[in-house]
Amino acid sequence: MSLLDIQNITLKFGGLVAVDNVSLAVEKGEVFALVGPNGAGKSTIFNLISRFYDPVAGTIRFDGHDLLQNAADQVPGFGIARTFQNIELFEQATVLQNLLVGRHRHRQTGLLSNIVFSPKAYREEVRHREAVEEVIDFLNLQPYRDKMIGGLPYGVRKVVELGRALASEPKLLLLDEPASGLSVEETQDMAFWIEDIQTQMGISVMMVEHDMGLVSAVSDRVMALSDGKELAMGIATEVQSHPAVIEAYLGTGEVSKTGTSRA
Amino acid sequence: MRYVFKTSYDADIRLFKHRAQAVWYGLLLLLVLATPLYFVAIGDAYLLGEITGVLILAIAGMGLMLLTGHTGLPSLGHATFMAMGCYVNINLLGAGVPWVVAFPLSGLIAGAFGTLIALPVLRLHGVYLALATLAMSILTSDFVVMAEPWTGGIAGAAVPDINLFGIEINRYATPYKFYYLVLFVAILLVWFYRNLLRTPTGRSFTAIRDSEISARAMGINLTRTKATSFFLSATAAGLAGALFGHSAGYVTNETFDLVMSITLLLMIVIGGLGFIHGAFFGAIVVGIIPVAIANGRSFLATTFDVNINVPGLESALFAFILVCFILFEPMGLYGRWLKIRTYFELFPFYRKDMFKRQKSYLKTDRIQ
Repeated sequence: MSLLDIQNITLKFGGLVAVDNVSLAVEKGEVFALVGPNGAGKSTIFNLISRFYDPVAGTIRFDGHDLLQNAADQVPGFGIARTFQNIELFEQATVLQNLLVGRHRHRQTGLLSNIVFSPKAYREEVRHREAVEEVIDFLNLQPYRDKMIGGLPYGVRKVVELGRALASEPKLLLLDEPASGLSVEETQDMAFWIEDIQTQMGISVMMVEHDMGLVSAVSDRVMALSDGKELAMGIATEVQSHPAVIEAYLGTGEVSKTGTSRA
Repeated sequence: MRYVFKTSYDADIRLFKHRAQAVWYGLLLLLVLATPLYFVAIGDAYLLGEITGVLILAIAGMGLMLLTGHTGLPSLGHATFMAMGCYVNINLLGAGVPWVVAFPLSGLIAGAFGTLIALPVLRLHGVYLALATLAMSILTSDFVVMAEPWTGGIAGAAVPDINLFGIEINRYATPYKFYYLVLFVAILLVWFYRNLLRTPTGRSFTAIRDSEISARAMGINLTRTKATSFFLSATAAGLAGALFGHSAGYVTNETFDLVMSITLLLMIVIGGLGFIHGAFFGAIVVGIIPVAIANGRSFLATTFDVNINVPGLESALFAFILVCFILFEPMGLYGRWLKIRTYFELFPFYRKDMFKRQKSYLKTDRIQ
């Protein structure tokens, strides 16, 4: 059985069909990429999985659970962590604190033991820090450990956000444009990390990405979307050379004789 | 410049970052413990009463700071929770409940009341939340009048003295004992507050303040967490209200009015939003301004024979100070202190825009 199984999902914003009857499955241990032009519905699918949006039709199952029966804040509990397209970090907190919030789903102490800082709360803090420290080591974030997010450069923030998602020890990692705004070197680092996340940590990755270099370097399967519909599916090179994909990105190249061109 | 080399997780977790900091706070503790000695020596405890009042304001300020400074939910209605705490305390004491039970209970009941208010109100954001709480604050005085059997209505209610294990404490008769009592409560709450901030509960508050959407994506239940914050905040305000009652001796429907709510918000903005220190700095400013105005007035009257008797001068001055802070020092007094400290620590490498808020990156389009 697939880890994530999306069947015939449809989402409408008023008259606009943002996701149109899309089905996909992410297998355990694979890197699955969603590509497509702007407005194709890639991030919308992420937001559907995160339960920020309610689909009008279709099912989303993860690891045997029906996600549609659960609220957005319960989704991470099943082992799904995500990053955001435009970086949604906690700006007025340090890198360490951000990563510790990522550990929220493993929280075991309640309000009372937090207020009096019971021995149990102390042990939990130490445990969280041990887990977070491994992520910091993995992503080379040591120089920024105690820095405020507000003062960090863009590239580092991207990595911190990846770290926050990893700190939750997910089974599935949703990366929304992990390489956008990164330099060539930073994108290469990101590619290595995604490979390591897949091979060493055994975490399945689903990502939305425009950088086809990164997509073909790390992904096992690629799905191309346009206007909310599936265009093509397969390994990166197949999808890239698929006529429908080329048409979606570049147009058909045919200019009709009557003078009106197809968009 | 001090470099702290962390060699264990404890270095992250413990309350003081390094020994020098612990020493400084130890000295501060000694200072506040020894303050009454000075007033015993001069034989006049009037100013000590003012200082006690500042501490009570700081307790209420900590409550509001947790909600507004750390969870990002503005409230213009915290005087309501103070009123709740105060009247519950009066009634419990009147019913013969010992103070050690009545006092915490008055906080908890105010907290429960706060949670009750919070549940419908929490669907609102920003300015709308502020307006809803403002409405609550305006209604408070009317409700106090209506609940006459418990509150004494317009005539007001006298607040019984504190009897703590046989020790009688009254603001005027035993100002030193009252000071130590308030100080103890304040320090205890600071400790609770610090504990909260270094554990998951506090982190989930700040997460909601900085980005609700990613807080949710990390598994934080927004409604429950915000309600928790409201509960703790109203509890602290309720405790402050109970102490305020003991300090005032007599409370009416006008004691916990809108001005009180606004003063509390003012306080934490002037002090520095998002810092526990801010509640105390703000309370000091709010406590000092009326005294300073009164002294300035009598100084002008006696020295230059100038009589200034403008009604509303204090409110106008408050408003002016608030505007100045928002314009020139959004981080408040504590922020200014941080800047001064950093200037000396890094001398001569301090740059003016080191503390500049960076909002250079787009936020994900808000979903909701």
